[in-house]
Amino acid sequence: MNTSLSKLVGGKEGLVGLAVLAAIIFVVLPLGVDIFRLNLVGKYLTYAFVAVSLVLLWGNGGILSLGQGIFFGLGGYGMAMFMKLEASDPITTKIQTTPGIPDFMDWNQITSLPWFWEPFKSLPLTILIILTIPALFAYLIGFAMFKRRVGGVYFAIITQAIALILSILIVGQQGFTGGVNGITDLKTVWGWDTRNDSAKYILYYLNGFLLFGAILLSKYVLNSKFGMLLLAMRDKEERVRFSGYDVSNFKIFIFCLAAMISAVGGAMFTLQVGFMSPSFVGIVPSIEMVIFCAVGGRASLIGAVYGTLFVNFGKTFFSESYPELWLFIMGGLFIAVVMFFPDGLAGIWAKYSHKLNFFKKKSSVIVAEMPSDITKKDADKKMANDIGVTNIEGAKA
Amino acid sequence: MSNLNRRNFMRVGGALAAALLSAGILTNTAFAADTSTAKVMTTGLAVTDTTVKVGILHSATGTMAISETGSIQAEKLAIEQINAMGGILGRKIEVIQEDGASDWPTFAEKAKKLLASDKVAAVMGCWTSASRKAALPVFEKENGLLFYPTFYEGLEQSKNVFYTGQEATQQILAGLDWIAKEKKAKTFYLIGSDYIWPRTSMKIARKHIEQHLHGSVVGEEYIALGDTQFGSVINKIKLKKPDVIYAAVVGGSNVAWFKQLNAAGLNSTKQTMLTISVTEDEVLGIGGENLAGFYSAMKYFQSQDNPENKKFVTAFKAKYGEKSVIGDVTQAAYLGPWLYKAAVERAGSFDVDKVQAALPGYVFKDAPEGSVTVEKNHHLTTKLRIGQWGKDGQAKVVYTSGYIKPDPFPKGYQ
Repeated sequence: MNTSLSKLVGGKEGLVGLAVLAAIIFVVLPLGVDIFRLNLVGKYLTYAFVAVSLVLLWGNGGILSLGQGIFFGLGGYGMAMFMKLEASDPITTKIQTTPGIPDFMDWNQITSLPWFWEPFKSLPLTILIILTIPALFAYLIGFAMFKRRVGGVYFAIITQAIALILSILIVGQQGFTGGVNGITDLKTVWGWDTRNDSAKYILYYLNGFLLFGAILLSKYVLNSKFGMLLLAMRDKEERVRFSGYDVSNFKIFIFCLAAMISAVGGAMFTLQVGFMSPSFVGIVPSIEMVIFCAVGGRASLIGAVYGTLFVNFGKTFFSESYPELWLFIMGGLFIAVVMFFPDGLAGIWAKYSHKLNFFKKKSSVIVAEMPSDITKKDADKKMANDIGVTNIEGAKA
Repeated sequence: MSNLNRRNFMRVGGALAAALLSAGILTNTAFAADTSTAKVMTTGLAVTDTTVKVGILHSATGTMAISETGSIQAEKLAIEQINAMGGILGRKIEVIQEDGASDWPTFAEKAKKLLASDKVAAVMGCWTSASRKAALPVFEKENGLLFYPTFYEGLEQSKNVFYTGQEATQQILAGLDWIAKEKKAKTFYLIGSDYIWPRTSMKIARKHIEQHLHGSVVGEEYIALGDTQFGSVINKIKLKKPDVIYAAVVGGSNVAWFKQLNAAGLNSTKQTMLTISVTEDEVLGIGGENLAGFYSAMKYFQSQDNPENKKFVTAFKAKYGEKSVIGDVTQAAYLGPWLYKAAVERAGSFDVDKVQAALPGYVFKDAPEGSVTVEKNHHLTTKLRIGQWGKDGQAKVVYTSGYIKPDPFPKGYQ
């Protein structure tokens, strides 16, 4: 294995961790569950994009964003707008007052397509927008915040406020956005029906590959010199600043990267689920994504994926089994995880894997990604000072 | 194409299963031949010789739970009564309940689970338009059957949905006609929560007021969902002095809206108000004293004095307690299982396509609200009633219209 590749996957142990996850996502799950459940897993894995972005941002950068739903939503809405326009051709919408525009615009007495919908007639332009607009938006927020050295709990609150503003804006401007209903009834991409079983398999695999791309990209970033700086910033920001680094630029960059990764997740969500609604933009989903990340272990990229899957399987299982009690069970579960395993699933693995003889040599599969004990303790203290994990869980539960 | 393939596949699978089953049935002479499962179900639905699975999909948790619980209760009551009568075509209904959790995407997910995994024969469910819009593509794709209970904005007609509540024109036009005539009303102030149902309703109301009643709309306001600040709206109303406030405020906002109106001195002695969003369920939260004297336009009120309704109210209270109340939507939800039973019996089959074809034209004489007819557009022909609220939280029916045909795509109102 040459050095750059080794750096990319994080050495032999990192490779084993990735291989196991790849086996689960690409082989075990598609063979083990029916297409309905697999489509659900595909949906969960789109949240994993956001969880991965939070590992970059929060677990390694120490920047807690409670507004990642903003970027997930922007990506999702971008794709939804494209698919909605394709579903609203003049023939299928001939019953409307103005044929050829999305149905909800017609219900709201809008008679022509608003200008900002125009670019979404083209798929390449849509993809470009999905990748750039969220990053640009993140740049604006990041520039305004980090240059003024707004950080910690204040940054978390502001991201949360922006998430709230955006969801209120979408709900309020229902003629342009579909309002609280969201953009529904999406069917095709360039005439390709995304709703049948074969399309679902293709989208699931596409989603899986993109997720791996995001994880590898994140690993690359974290293992680079920039990654080291990020850790240093998380643990002792002042020291990095006094060493002559412009801390704010690094923060802006990681925030933009996290936004872009989240947006890809959002776009894949729309493709697989067939609609987008403001309930994925606001505060609740944004905090939920932080929970996925925390349950998985906030410093572990792979842990974030497991955390997302674990929480969502739990949600689906409990809500199907106990339709009236499931929220309490989930709440209890979150509290238990945070109380007993503050480092999440990755922490459990790190703690107990060395007791298994088989893994004696490979015990640090995920530990490798975790900071050393001393920095981790510092980080925990800082995190506890900034905003306690228990508080977030409490707010949700 | 793929749809067709899938359907063919299902048919072959169904036929195989049917062959196996009928082989079993041949040995069982006690079973009546004409309702063998092989005959009444050919599309792979969860129907056995003794049971049929039906889904219930409402929000049992979250902000909508308070509204949707009544629907869940009514549907369960109807199913219990149907089972006590021997079920549908000799099959007892087994309920699979899923929680939409007041979250629209969850409705889509659970609808899919019910249809694709559980293979339920029909679903009673959805409440808000948003949840229906989210789940609708799933029902169309999987060719499922949904009975939807809520009065809603219209502009929709799916072969996979039966709408047991009123579409907008059924609730609005006759009510406006009545209040214009009865109260000599000329000026109207429109207020609603800001989403698709109030906006569409107000659009229809405005056209009707301006073009047919030759009145005028002196104000039109929309309040964000869940908002509780009505001060500025109330001031504007005081300034404009409309003959009638026409309101479609929903959810938690309702409580604030009526309390603040009262606090501002705009009670029913000084101000006429007609709402299309307040049923007995909402009154529980608002409090009868805040509402006394105002009017609601609904197709059903708990206080209706016909024998069918008395029987229904007695059964409902016996099951869910003396203090429970029944609103318009709860009654509409109660119709769902009964209409489904009738449709299956008319079709002699549980197959969705046959059930869809069999139900239009059916007259349900024993509905608590009084006789209703299922129309070709999958909506019901019903009457509209105006109820005047009393302090006890019950409404006195002061007006009953003739039968109103459903018109989900009203010409001249779009």
